[in-house]
Amino acid sequence: MRPTFWSKVDTAARKLTPFGLTMLLVLIGAVPLHLPGIASVTPLLPLIGIYYWAIYRPDLMPVSAVFVIGILYDALSGTPMGVSAAVFVIVHGIIDSQRRFFAGKSFMIIWLGFFLVSAGALLAIWILVSAYYGTFVKSEALIFQYVITLGCFPLLSWALLRWQRAFLRQA
Amino acid sequence: MMLGKADAVLVEKLRLRIIDATAPILDVLSRPVDVVTHTVEQAHDWMAIHDENERLREDRARLMQWQTVARRLEAENAALKQLLHFVPEPEGQFVTARVVADSGGAFAHSLLLSAGLRDGVDKGHPVVSDEALVGRIAGVARHSARVLLITDLNSRIPVFVGPTRTRAILAGDNTSRPKLVYLAPEAVVSPGDLIATSGHAGVFPSGIPVGIVNSVGDGEIRVKPYLERERLEYLRVIDYGLTGILGGPPAAAPVAVPNAADPKEVAGSQEGTEP
Repeated sequence: MRPTFWSKVDTAARKLTPFGLTMLLVLIGAVPLHLPGIASVTPLLPLIGIYYWAIYRPDLMPVSAVFVIGILYDALSGTPMGVSAAVFVIVHGIIDSQRRFFAGKSFMIIWLGFFLVSAGALLAIWILVSAYYGTFVKSEALIFQYVITLGCFPLLSWALLRWQRAFLRQA
Repeated sequence: MMLGKADAVLVEKLRLRIIDATAPILDVLSRPVDVVTHTVEQAHDWMAIHDENERLREDRARLMQWQTVARRLEAENAALKQLLHFVPEPEGQFVTARVVADSGGAFAHSLLLSAGLRDGVDKGHPVVSDEALVGRIAGVARHSARVLLITDLNSRIPVFVGPTRTRAILAGDNTSRPKLVYLAPEAVVSPGDLIATSGHAGVFPSGIPVGIVNSVGDGEIRVKPYLERERLEYLRVIDYGLTGILGGPPAAAPVAVPNAADPKEVAGSQEGTEP
């Protein structure tokens, strides 16, 4: 049976959701929460989205989408334009090269992988920002940002998994 | 990233375009959070209402005395100004705007506001909350603006320190306690001294409260700003009609050289970089 016009639109829309959801994570991360001390330790939510989709549906998270997400994150967070974009693209490349390793692994292994990837990503952002300003940027909150990002991972990846099962099974 | 260094104007324009496009979405997203925060705050207030009442009574008694003093000083001040034909500083016009995003993370301390060029906000305008300095407008688009907080790495603000009104620059370094630099070597600074803008460099008017000296030692002086980042919800952007040194691209902003009348003092303050 040939797919009708509307079913094509439906499939295309579903295929866009990984990108859309990750963009949404960038925006959610930017909403002021009015909690003491939260501002400087806001978790790096888009990294979770990129990591998740790059592992489970790499076809729906191409490198160009990752770059756009990074630019949006830079624009909103005030980091030098391109820093996060570059780091996200590198993260995407690393996961892409380790596809064979990640295939069919348990959640714990995937989470452990995220321990390493997010540490590397935050360190890389720190190095790039420091290079940009030509000074060692003090970031007293970096380690907390790391821990909180790690803590968000199980919850968020569970939500993304539900989404994937519900909407992207056939897409 | 290197392009950002090469063509700062173009990249900043791109950033502002993106901010302008996303600000309405952020505005909607941040509303429910505000409602929750308000509800929680209200519950807190109800619980503490008795203690608060007691405290306010005491405050009121104390402030009544101050009011008498202030009235007398105000009258005296007005009389003296008239005697001296004093030209008053320009009164500012202000715009009140909502904070729609605080996405700093660990590397940048900035906020996004829901007001922009259309509302009269422009680059360099000081941003205050409860009369204390929060930062300045670092970039402005049509419907939104980006505020650089005084704690950001790129923030340099000329200030007066303490009762002696010693000049210094308040330099942010991405920690919650910015430091004082370019302080005259002979200056005496002690914890608790008040910090207010000095008005040098012609970007801010003088006398906006900034914070108090938090610690002195190890060759650096740290300031505790009045600004409480997590409490910022509505901010006032004030237009004093000052443009000062911020005419150029944002990359030119980091070091503000005090536009002092006395050249000797400028030399002195720059020699004593960090006491």
